[in-house]
Amino acid sequence: MTGLQETSQASPHVQTPFDRFWREFAESRLALLGLAVLIIVMVIAIAAPLLAPQNPYDLAQLDVLDGKLAPGEQSMGGKTYLLGTDDQGRDMLSGIFYGLRISLSVGVMSTLFALGLGLVFGMLAAYFGGWVDTLIMRIVDIQLSFPSILIALILLAVFGQGVDKVIVALVAVQWAYYARTVRASALVERQKEYVEAATVLALSKPRIVFRHMLPNCLPPLIVVATVQVAHAISLEATLSFLGLGMPITEPSLGLLISNGFTYLMSGKYWISFYPGLALLITIMAINLVADQLRDVLNPRLKK
Amino acid sequence: MSVVLEVENLQTHFFTKAGVVKAVDGVSFSISRGKVLGLVGESGSGKSMTGYSLMGLIDPPGRVVDGQIRLNGVDVTGYDNAAWRSLRGNRLAMIFQDPMMTLNPVLRIDTQMIEAIDAHQKVSKRSALDRCREALARVGIPSPDERLQAYPHQFSGGMRQRVAIAIALLNKPDLIIADEPTTALDVTIQGQILFEMQKLCRESGTALIWITHDLSVVAGLADEIAVMYAGKIVETGSVAQVLDRPMHPYTNGLLSSVPSSNVRGQPLKQIRGMTPSLLAIGGGCAFRDRCDYRQALCDDMPSLTTSAVAGAVSDTSHAVRCHYPRNYPGHYPRVA
Amino acid sequence: MFNYFLRRFGQSFLVLIAMSCIVFLGVFAIGNPIDLLVNPQADEIERVRATAALGLDRPLYEQYFTFLKGAASGDLGRSFVFGVPALELILSKMPATIELALFAMVIAVAIGIPLGLVAGLRPDSLIGRSIMAFSIVGFSLPTFWVGLVLIMFFAVQLGWLPSNGRGETTLLFGVPVSFLSWDGLSHLLLPALNLALFKLSLLIRLTRAQVREAVLQDYVKFARAKGLSQGRVIGVHILKNIMIPIVTVIGLEFGSVIAFAIVTESIFAWPGTGKLLIDSINQLDRPVIVAYLMVIVALFIAINFIVDLVYSLLDPRVRLGQSSGGGH
Repeated sequence: MTGLQETSQASPHVQTPFDRFWREFAESRLALLGLAVLIIVMVIAIAAPLLAPQNPYDLAQLDVLDGKLAPGEQSMGGKTYLLGTDDQGRDMLSGIFYGLRISLSVGVMSTLFALGLGLVFGMLAAYFGGWVDTLIMRIVDIQLSFPSILIALILLAVFGQGVDKVIVALVAVQWAYYARTVRASALVERQKEYVEAATVLALSKPRIVFRHMLPNCLPPLIVVATVQVAHAISLEATLSFLGLGMPITEPSLGLLISNGFTYLMSGKYWISFYPGLALLITIMAINLVADQLRDVLNPRLKK
Repeated sequence: MSVVLEVENLQTHFFTKAGVVKAVDGVSFSISRGKVLGLVGESGSGKSMTGYSLMGLIDPPGRVVDGQIRLNGVDVTGYDNAAWRSLRGNRLAMIFQDPMMTLNPVLRIDTQMIEAIDAHQKVSKRSALDRCREALARVGIPSPDERLQAYPHQFSGGMRQRVAIAIALLNKPDLIIADEPTTALDVTIQGQILFEMQKLCRESGTALIWITHDLSVVAGLADEIAVMYAGKIVETGSVAQVLDRPMHPYTNGLLSSVPSSNVRGQPLKQIRGMTPSLLAIGGGCAFRDRCDYRQALCDDMPSLTTSAVAGAVSDTSHAVRCHYPRNYPGHYPRVA
Repeated sequence: MFNYFLRRFGQSFLVLIAMSCIVFLGVFAIGNPIDLLVNPQADEIERVRATAALGLDRPLYEQYFTFLKGAASGDLGRSFVFGVPALELILSKMPATIELALFAMVIAVAIGIPLGLVAGLRPDSLIGRSIMAFSIVGFSLPTFWVGLVLIMFFAVQLGWLPSNGRGETTLLFGVPVSFLSWDGLSHLLLPALNLALFKLSLLIRLTRAQVREAVLQDYVKFARAKGLSQGRVIGVHILKNIMIPIVTVIGLEFGSVIAFAIVTESIFAWPGTGKLLIDSINQLDRPVIVAYLMVIVALFIAINFIVDLVYSLLDPRVRLGQSSGGGH
């Protein structure tokens, strides 16, 4: 109904879908704040070596005598550390910058791999139907009925530690969400007339799937992917905190928090607290953006 | 004949982000005991909002901003929530469109009936049950005793609507507002329900406002008709006046788009365009963009007057909101 | 109805068998426990003897069948570390985990549903927005980080509540529980709160979404049109409808609470199955890991089963079937 009205009043300034998307997204100030924070966090993560006051993993720059300094406290060498130092005299702020880098890249990478995997299986299930669909979806259902933390823990227990293994575990717990989302929206799209029209035009199956159906499945996928990045980061931090995630050579935020946990009881809160705060801010920012994305991209909620 | 309800210049506005939507914009009418008023219009014309306004069921961001609703001579417009609650389901009752949705799926019929009595009177459970049984029997539900124990999903659509009507009748209201209650039903069931509603209202003297988009429904049922367009009444009068001698181009358009024996062999006409957005009508006659007879004066809002068409008999009860009323060849649609 | 449950039961059994296979194969790949169990100075003969004693020298499939045979009779192997039957070990830690999970769930339900109701009925009010903001934060916070902050604040800074262990336990029907004594309760409070927070946020969101959907339904309008009080419309008409999905979710989430207890138990040194699992992974105590997983899988299946049953009891449309001519 409104579509007709819009075309009839073809306005002089052409509105691209992105303009409309952006206008709706910007309606929530909270989401804009989240986006701004997220951009800052990403810049910090990417440019950590340039921004950090010291390279926290260059042993030459560390002085054990500066260990466990409270935020703002002056060290023997006359240096002050904004967020204090850890037990080895490492500047927490630098540690956090580098940790963000590791946490974010693990989160994003695992999400991308899982997205690819889920996309393929979801499309296969939707397109072929029948026993392919049944098999894939049954596996998805069973997997999703178990909490991700449990599956990830077991996988890591089996494979042992390592960056690659953490990513494998994170991909394994995530792919099912994408597969289900892709299948659901692909099935909806399949019923629509344009797919029928494309079939009538005798376009090849892959072409129909990739050029016609896939773009229309993207909006829900983007929403799920955004949420899942936050989830992956949080899960990695949890696993690392439990000592089953990242190896000590790759100190993600979770590992930093775990390292500081020992000193928490003696009141040296900053070694754990600030990396935790950084983790929290990152996850919150992603979730705020994801929430608004869902509202904007979900046609069911649109009036 | 006593007047049950008088509505004067009712204004119900919705204060949305996009602007103020005047869903009901200066509606006036009255209805007497035992009479049926057909409130006709397309979706978005404000007919349902008029109904909700009369029930005090307008929720934020909507509000009744002006006008008077007089029930049995008492102005109830300024009533607070508690006062409205004492009227609702008691003096005023409402029936909704989709009988699948109006009854609560997880509560038994007896629960849903008894609570309607309990809300207004202190009676024993036994006498409440007696009244429920009697009400169910009155709307033609066989073996009411068993039916009281059932859940809504165990009834067919028509039966559910009968239950809803029975609930509306429980406290012998002065006025029932029926919001398209037969639209979702089969045509045969629709006919039965219409017939019974008419009978029940005649017998009990309950006034009935029947909201619908379907002229053929009101043709056989109503005493008077008010045609609404974009929040305003554009034509009102007796059924015979409005349907046989429509004077507003919109009413004419509605009638022309009803398939009926009068125009056999002729192509059906339709009203071009669609209901305008209430935010975008601006001043002037709201129908002017779709009207075949538009003239310069139409940019000013016409008032609802009884001004007769040249050559026709002047008639005080037949009013029309048009600068250029004329006698259209009306016809009387019948229930299929 | 009965056939349906029978089929569900068959499916569950298949899942259990499949899981046992995956779990067994997976866990088999974890390191070589002999390295940890036998004194590093021990000679080769000693190692071979230990390997044989633990049955680790036989082929994999044989080990699996031995395991299956044992599992069928309730024997999931002996803990390498403690030398007691693994199942017994798990079950002895189970009451602590269940108590923690139940207590957390009670907190989540008791706070989450009322807050969700308020937020759903007044979505645009200050209080509605605040509740939603709280739930977004609660959703974002990783469980272990909340635990950390709780310890930092209530245990270290304020010194109000203890931060590790289970405290004094009292026997209730022969099962040791913490919540009956003040000492036990004070130990239970922080971990339970920690574990509850995520589910609390979830319940707020779920309840709010359900309420927002329900208030738009015609049956709510009709109930109001009958002149019912606000309390009855909300308390009976809305609540009874939204309780069906909520109870279902609460049931299904109980399994996830038990899984997340792994994290909480590790932080608060709560002597439950989760802490045992982490310790066992670190010590390569294979039979305990396998036993834990089997117990958890069985628990999940049981929970799903019970939730199905409760759901069908709650919803008259399912309970009575879809017959439209009923009422006999």
